Amino acid sequence: MIDSPHVTPLRRRDLGTPPPASPSATRVHLTIDGIAIEAAVGTSVMRAARDAGINIAKLCATDSLNAFGSCRLCVVEIAGRRGLPASCTTLVDDGMVVRTQTEQIARVRRNVMELYISDHPLDCLTCAANGDCELQDMAGAVGLREVRYGMEGATHLALAKDESNPYFTFDPSKCIVCSRCVRACEEIQGTFALSITDRGFAAKVSAGMSESFLESECVSCGACVQACPTATLTEKTVIEAGQPDRVVKTTCAYCGVGCSFRAEMKGNDVVRMVPDMDGGANEGHSCVKGRFAWGYASHRDRVLAPMIRDSIADAWRTVGWDEAIAYAAARFRSIQAQYGHGAIGGVSSSRCTNEEVYVVQKLVRAAFHNNNIDTCARVCHSPTGYGLKQTFGTSAGTQDFRSVAQADVIVVIGANPTDAHPVFAARMKRRLRQGAQLIVIDPRRIDLVRSPHVQASHHLALKPGTNVAVINALAHVVVTEGLANEAFVAERCDAASFEQWRAFIARPEQSPEATEAFTGVPATELRQAARLYAGARNAAIYYGLGVTEHSQGSTMVMGIANLAMAAGQLGRDGVGVSPLRGQNNVQGACDMGSFPHELPGYRHISDGATRGTFEQAWQVTLDEEPGLRIPNMLAAAVAGQFRGIFIQGEDLAQSDPNTQHVTDALRAMECVIVQDLFLNETAKYAHVFLPGTAFLEKDGTFTNAERRINRVRPVMPPRTGQFEWETVCRLATAMGYPMAYNNAAGIMDEIAALTPTFAGVSFAHLDRVGSVQWPCTAAMPIGTRIMHEDRFVRGKGRFMLTQYVPTDEKSNRRYPLLLTTGRTLTQYNVGTQTRRTKNATWHAEDVLEIHPHDAEMRGIGTGDGVLLSSRKGSITLHAVVTERVPAGVCYTTFHHPDTAANVITTEFSDWATNCPEYKVTAVEVRPVD
Amino acid sequence: MTVRIYVPNDTGARSVGADDVAQAIETQLHAHSVDAVVVRNGSRGAYWLEPLVEIDTADGRVGFGKVSPEQALSLFGAGVMPSTSHPLSIGLVESLPWFRDQQRLMFARVGIIDPLSLDDYRAHGGLTGLQRALTLGGQAIVDEIRTSGLRGRGGAAFPAGIKWQTVHDTVADQRYIVCNADEGDSGTFADRLLMDADPFQLIEGMAIAAIAVGATVGYIYLRSEYPHTARIMERALLLARESAILGPSVLGSAHGFDILLRIGGGSYICGEETALLESLEGKRGVVRAKPPLPAVAGLFGQPTLVHNVLTLAAATGILARGGAHYASLGVDRSTGTMPFQLGGNIQRGGLIEVPFGITLAELVEGFGGGTASGRPGKAIQVGGPLGAYLPLAQWHTPLAYEAFAAVGAMLGHGGVVVFDDTVDMGEQAQYAMEFCAHESCGKCTPCRIGSTRGVEVIGRLRRGEASKKNWQLLDELCETMELGSLCALGGLTPMPVRSIMSHFPGDLLSSARVGAPAEVAV
Repeated sequence: MIDSPHVTPLRRRDLGTPPPASPSATRVHLTIDGIAIEAAVGTSVMRAARDAGINIAKLCATDSLNAFGSCRLCVVEIAGRRGLPASCTTLVDDGMVVRTQTEQIARVRRNVMELYISDHPLDCLTCAANGDCELQDMAGAVGLREVRYGMEGATHLALAKDESNPYFTFDPSKCIVCSRCVRACEEIQGTFALSITDRGFAAKVSAGMSESFLESECVSCGACVQACPTATLTEKTVIEAGQPDRVVKTTCAYCGVGCSFRAEMKGNDVVRMVPDMDGGANEGHSCVKGRFAWGYASHRDRVLAPMIRDSIADAWRTVGWDEAIAYAAARFRSIQAQYGHGAIGGVSSSRCTNEEVYVVQKLVRAAFHNNNIDTCARVCHSPTGYGLKQTFGTSAGTQDFRSVAQADVIVVIGANPTDAHPVFAARMKRRLRQGAQLIVIDPRRIDLVRSPHVQASHHLALKPGTNVAVINALAHVVVTEGLANEAFVAERCDAASFEQWRAFIARPEQSPEATEAFTGVPATELRQAARLYAGARNAAIYYGLGVTEHSQGSTMVMGIANLAMAAGQLGRDGVGVSPLRGQNNVQGACDMGSFPHELPGYRHISDGATRGTFEQAWQVTLDEEPGLRIPNMLAAAVAGQFRGIFIQGEDLAQSDPNTQHVTDALRAMECVIVQDLFLNETAKYAHVFLPGTAFLEKDGTFTNAERRINRVRPVMPPRTGQFEWETVCRLATAMGYPMAYNNAAGIMDEIAALTPTFAGVSFAHLDRVGSVQWPCTAAMPIGTRIMHEDRFVRGKGRFMLTQYVPTDEKSNRRYPLLLTTGRTLTQYNVGTQTRRTKNATWHAEDVLEIHPHDAEMRGIGTGDGVLLSSRKGSITLHAVVTERVPAGVCYTTFHHPDTAANVITTEFSDWATNCPEYKVTAVEVRPVD
Repeated sequence: MTVRIYVPNDTGARSVGADDVAQAIETQLHAHSVDAVVVRNGSRGAYWLEPLVEIDTADGRVGFGKVSPEQALSLFGAGVMPSTSHPLSIGLVESLPWFRDQQRLMFARVGIIDPLSLDDYRAHGGLTGLQRALTLGGQAIVDEIRTSGLRGRGGAAFPAGIKWQTVHDTVADQRYIVCNADEGDSGTFADRLLMDADPFQLIEGMAIAAIAVGATVGYIYLRSEYPHTARIMERALLLARESAILGPSVLGSAHGFDILLRIGGGSYICGEETALLESLEGKRGVVRAKPPLPAVAGLFGQPTLVHNVLTLAAATGILARGGAHYASLGVDRSTGTMPFQLGGNIQRGGLIEVPFGITLAELVEGFGGGTASGRPGKAIQVGGPLGAYLPLAQWHTPLAYEAFAAVGAMLGHGGVVVFDDTVDMGEQAQYAMEFCAHESCGKCTPCRIGSTRGVEVIGRLRRGEASKKNWQLLDELCETMELGSLCALGGLTPMPVRSIMSHFPGDLLSSARVGAPAEVAV
């Protein structure tokens, strides 16, 4: 059952052209068709008219793309001007008198439409775009009744359809050459895969070098499909299902960008997902995963009923919910009876909603009576939470995504946005094309270093594991060359910590010249990069797991924070320190009290006042001792003290490091409860399997990397028969702690009541305003775009000493290469979802990238099978010889369970948070037959 | 004293054998050890006389017209200079009425000097405009241009002064001068001749413009079909840099300016200023929507003064003699002189620079001497392939922007092509649409699809198919292209078609002549 449907119109209003590029407060007055209109300077006549409800005809114009002026349907008459100017490319002027309808205009528009239709198939009734075709609409609008040219002339009707892309078709016979697809590829996505080839009547849309869409450099973001006004580019699902009959706005469940989507539905089936122009994170854009890779939700592998078994050697037995819950509760209770309260724990998921995560931590704290709650953020961004809290006072990024549009210098550290955060990367590339300068700090030559119309000013290709030495060297240059923003530091930062840090960072051993030998970054290049960053009007840092997943992950985060404070690049638009979050709700999972030492809102469990608030609300006594982290739970399990675990939406056995250790721990437990969509790797060791809900069935909120709380609305009822939070509540109740909510909104109301930074959040409020960025309170009802604007949350920004300590994981004679890991565009994390979609077309297997020099020494060529070994284990995969990786470094992804990349990763982890050191493993690579 | 013998070295003269003529003369001079030198000047633009060999005499330069290589051998056969009594002699060149009746400002040096001799250039008044410009400074130069009433010679005839003022006034870190040398109109060659025969004038004109508007970089976008011109311009630019006409300190002043030569991509549409800018930026030559005007946001988004070769060249004379002098020539708002390029079926074709205001008939019959075929003339197309065809009844129209606009025609870039009574105007109408279809960039709908449909509809009309309906359709198509097209290519293609519909309707209808023109005309 789904509560209160949020009604969204089927078609959105298109104002034809974007708002003025540089918003102006100056307004002008004009009349359009006799109606007095006021508009901002820089607004097009078309937008001003459409805003006032006068829908001037158009085909090549759409408000997501710059005005182009090619279709000539939008011509108008302007008093005192010659001819018929196009209203999309003509800007409003004070006193302008516009007429949008005259006999002559009507004739010209009808004749233009007649030209279009003289080269268009007359198959409207059987066309996939029937009912959603702007060409059809315009033919109607201008009153086209006849094509006097006949259909005997030259046409494109015989051109063949390109069906190579798994998700959409390209039918050039229906193309009107409006270039909306080409412009979307350039302006929105920035891939430049599409162009118009030939000219005049022969002009046509072409992918790559006149290749098929699949063979071209197209990244299948779908911006072209969305931009197409006809059936030329159409989702295959629309061809199959026809037009949607209702729309539900919801939020993507892949990466931490958190794109808003319109789920266009037919009954309870998704027809297509269309990114929402009103979405604060994505403003109408999406990537191949969010837009297209949602089919896993109805994949046949999905488990829809609970299952139990006594031993992992037994076969699964499908049971009803009541039996499964009773069985799980009984086993957990018996473990606690025998081994004590602390012998069980839970893991929440960054893939689940805030409400689901909240009830899981409540289950652990209130029903298990311990604090053994951890989350998969442990293995990705826990150092972010720690490092930014220590320095700024808040465990979150400082900016919203929109802020990048004001940055003059962009620093990307250990992140690969074009693959892992493609929608944000598109924004970033847009800014780079406008002239912002880019510094990339990454061992690999990621696509951003050089791609169409983007080129990094500096690529600091550091050796894996030397992050802290490089960030310290950058700060050293800032401090010793007098580039520090003394005024900012004096006003905003803690003076004592700064003085101490200044002395520390100015030491000669921090200098780029001293560190060059082991970081591999040339000192002169590093100095230039430091000057560029510190000297910029606005410089912004974006970082990813290449920063956090190291033994010094937390140190590096603090090092970044130090640098930003020293340079005064904080607290306004265009600057800041922004983690690019891996999971859709990793921010939210952390916010919701998923860590063993913190209650929701990052308040320490030992704080009596906070604990008291929760105790009173929950009517239970809470343990004041922090509980176990995942690695502690696993270690305790191997030691026999930890016997039962509830894991919601995480595949520990595939995603956590040192697989052997993880599976040993799971095997040692008496009761492993897994709640997931699929029987994942961890489920092999489970005794209870509780089916979970896909994001399309969830009701709740996700919080993205910019602290934006977005509504996740169920577009269809849960196929399992209940929401995941209901399952958790039933388990808690069965364990003896009654827990119940009327709906997910009720959970958020409780979160808001107990968490100051969420005080202003409710579903009703979100339905009204779209989304908010926390902190959201009565005083700041739409939240906080940019953090630390006037002062740091902790008061004064605190500089932390960041001594570089080399990792213990070092290359040696036996393991001479360093392996680092990452993601690819079309796949997501361990691939549970994306492998069950047609995204598998692009990435059928994980491969090992190896430098030509290292490959040649070992007799390895592209496509060869190789054995990749660390001191922890070995795996086999195919090699790709490429200069994207420097000599001495190799790289792979971990999307396929067959690859089992974590068989070889080590137990080393961040000193502060235990975030695993995925990014550095000493390995050897050998050819195999 | 060494005798100077002139054989033109411009693209036009070379195309009719000037190189071979020069070679033949050199051979004879050498064989007979004559104390004479062959100077490769540029053509004077009298193409009806090319290859025109000239010999310096005490009275002036004596010409020998249409000299073939064989005739050249015989002309200098005995090693003596041919006399004015030779059958090929045309006497003193400058006494020919064809030259005498012209008033050459832009083309004053053309054919007279060695194009790549800066000494020649200076000796014939070169650089005086630039020197004066340097003493005037930005706004005063712009004022001179405004006073002159100069209008863009590329075809659109936009007042140059307004453009200069806009670029001058637009705040920017970088401004550009772009010379449109993508001379693509059929029947035109003035740009090429000027660059071939007097390249420093263009360089000087661009430098004046640069100082006026504050630009430091200029581009010449030269059509790829002019390889010889490219070589001359490249050489001239080098010489100009060596002589500090270009470079960090123009003629020793504080102004820096340099010019880069870029070769076009072989597309007619790149002669349209915004498509040209796209092409210069390394993109496909596709028309941009205006606004913004290039003068505000042009090349690489910066304020850019885009002008045709002739407009920039005219600036040298205007600065040298003052804007008022220029404005005193011509009629109405058509001030100064215009180099008309007379071609087609004509006896004496070539470049004729005269002040605006003489009639088309005076140009074609006076200078041109009527048709080459000797048959009665039927139509004259003025202004390139997008210009109107004028019937006999309109030949008295003065050659001026306003007068031509009044009869639904235009001067364009000054191309004048004459047809005799054997021409099928129906074919010409169809050709107009074919030309547009061939050259359309494909951006806007009226031009992209309309031109192809235009070819088809005219074809049907000529075959006599449903003439009345198709006539109406063609008329509406013309209106749609004219009012709806993004740029002048689609917007002006209806001009020749409509002129034929108005003046030669009979030719447009089928041989079956379904319905008299009067009945079908709307």
